[in-house]
Amino acid sequence: MTDPPPLVMAGHTALLLGPLICGLLVYLLPWPRFRDAAPIVLSAGLLVVLWYLSGEMLGTGPVTLALGGHFAPLGIELHVDALALAMLWLTGLVGLAVNVHITASVNLTERFGPEGFRILWLVLWSALNALFVAADLFNIYVLLELSAITAIALVAVSRGPEAVAAATRYLFFALAGSLFFLLGVALVYAKTGLLALRGLESLQWHGPASVFALGLMTLGLAMKAALFPVHAWLPRAHAIAPSAASALLSALVAKAGVYLVIRLWSGPFDGHWPEFLGQSMAVLGAAGIAYGSIQAIRQSRLKLVIAYSTVAQLGYLLLVLPLASVLAWHGVIYHALSHGLAKAALFLAAGNVIFMVGNDRLESLSRGDHRLAGNAMVMALAGVSLAGLPPSGGFIGKWWLINAALESGQWWWALVVGGGGLLTAAYVFRVLRYAMAEPHPDDGRPDLPVKRLPRRMFWPPMLLALGAIALGFAGQWLVPILALGRPGNIAG
Amino acid sequence: MTAVVPLAATAGLLFAIGLYGMIGRTGLIHRLLGANIMASAIFLFLVVLSTRGIEASADPVPQAMVLTGIVISVCITAFALGLIRYLRVMTGEDELRRSTRDADGQSADD
Repeated sequence: MTDPPPLVMAGHTALLLGPLICGLLVYLLPWPRFRDAAPIVLSAGLLVVLWYLSGEMLGTGPVTLALGGHFAPLGIELHVDALALAMLWLTGLVGLAVNVHITASVNLTERFGPEGFRILWLVLWSALNALFVAADLFNIYVLLELSAITAIALVAVSRGPEAVAAATRYLFFALAGSLFFLLGVALVYAKTGLLALRGLESLQWHGPASVFALGLMTLGLAMKAALFPVHAWLPRAHAIAPSAASALLSALVAKAGVYLVIRLWSGPFDGHWPEFLGQSMAVLGAAGIAYGSIQAIRQSRLKLVIAYSTVAQLGYLLLVLPLASVLAWHGVIYHALSHGLAKAALFLAAGNVIFMVGNDRLESLSRGDHRLAGNAMVMALAGVSLAGLPPSGGFIGKWWLINAALESGQWWWALVVGGGGLLTAAYVFRVLRYAMAEPHPDDGRPDLPVKRLPRRMFWPPMLLALGAIALGFAGQWLVPILALGRPGNIAG
Repeated sequence: MTAVVPLAATAGLLFAIGLYGMIGRTGLIHRLLGANIMASAIFLFLVVLSTRGIEASADPVPQAMVLTGIVISVCITAFALGLIRYLRVMTGEDELRRSTRDADGQSADD
């Protein structure tokens, strides 16, 4: 093990500490111009850093960094492979869009100013970046707590009894989840004396204890990620948070939990779980797809439709566990990326609807006002990717997943992916039908004027949605990067 | 080493009690206390792990985990108490309403 070049070290340091320092500065120096500009400059800079790191990784393969030069088991390691890199990119892109969007959209009360929102989100960003590269079980626990506290606070800043109730519900799920996770970590340490993921990978310690510890950690992560049976907190929390926060929570925070489930199952615990456990995790994912989609079809509020859609879309990521092939691995990374972009675009667009019409009832979309048209376009583009219609990132991800299912002879998962796509199309088109509908003639509602949308609020979701579509054309071009550092159980 | 077994069993029992307090009760303060008992059980378990006999010095890693865990637990408890108090000011209730279905009608910031 040698240290990577100093510039790579510096790049990772910037990714981990940049948002944190920027958040503190923004909080301590609340000049309006600086407060708006600093996070945007930061996110643009971090995207440049990511571009450089991706180029370096193409040459060297996955990067392992040791803090202070001490490698595991003595020191604490960070590990960056394709999946982590994809999540870092997603965080960077969504972060840039949100940073631009909140310059116009977040105007909270005097008691809780916009710099409060920003510091919460910037600390959350640091925690997420660190979570994606963490390679140590206890570090993961600490970072999970940090991200949970900031995420819950981002729900509670909406004020009002509904928001506080949703945040409290979220808090108790997150609290129970982290305790189960910590118990799992303690059991792993009791059995092996190790916490570093890389050390655990090379250790032979199969047995009921490892499956039990994995089960506890998975349960804990599932509660934080709102995977199907323990999802009850997600729709209300994501629907009631400020829309910029909803975009972050749905596109990034919930996904981080599933990301860790996949990391644990395919990394240090690979081969510990019997085949049927992988199948049952995917069955839970499929149940989540069905339940989330059907609930999404039944909602009458735009943000609730999008929030239930998150419950459904996270389910796809679990399909990689039974499939375990290169194609499935690529498909899942692609699905995570394109879902993140599309979901953030949808939530920001929903925020724009609330800004323009004052609420997010689906009937409000059919105002027949041309100012809503551009926003409806954003929702249509993001919806196309979400439903997996070609050409879009969602299509490529689902296509690879279907192919992986057919190749491995598990045709039922191909049916799940296809059926999930149809259900997604149902709720996306239901929203669009409202957006396209003529306003009802004897509506009775006084036609309040639709507010004009500032460009700073229109373009971030538009570009995210276009990005989700553009991923559909970049599949072949991104394959070399996706192939960096596959877990051991996925052969080439 | 035999002294370890009753301690570990106590940790397990405490975890179960805490879990019951967290799931079985509806009052939010009760639930928070349950979570605290669960956390203490895990800390006890970790401290038990760190013993390596009477002669040898203890394993420092679990002790470091316990220290960090206690700090986190205090923070989360304070944050949760703040939220619970805020909820009480807002709604006058100190438990969450059971049905999630009824409230689905009201979602966003209007």
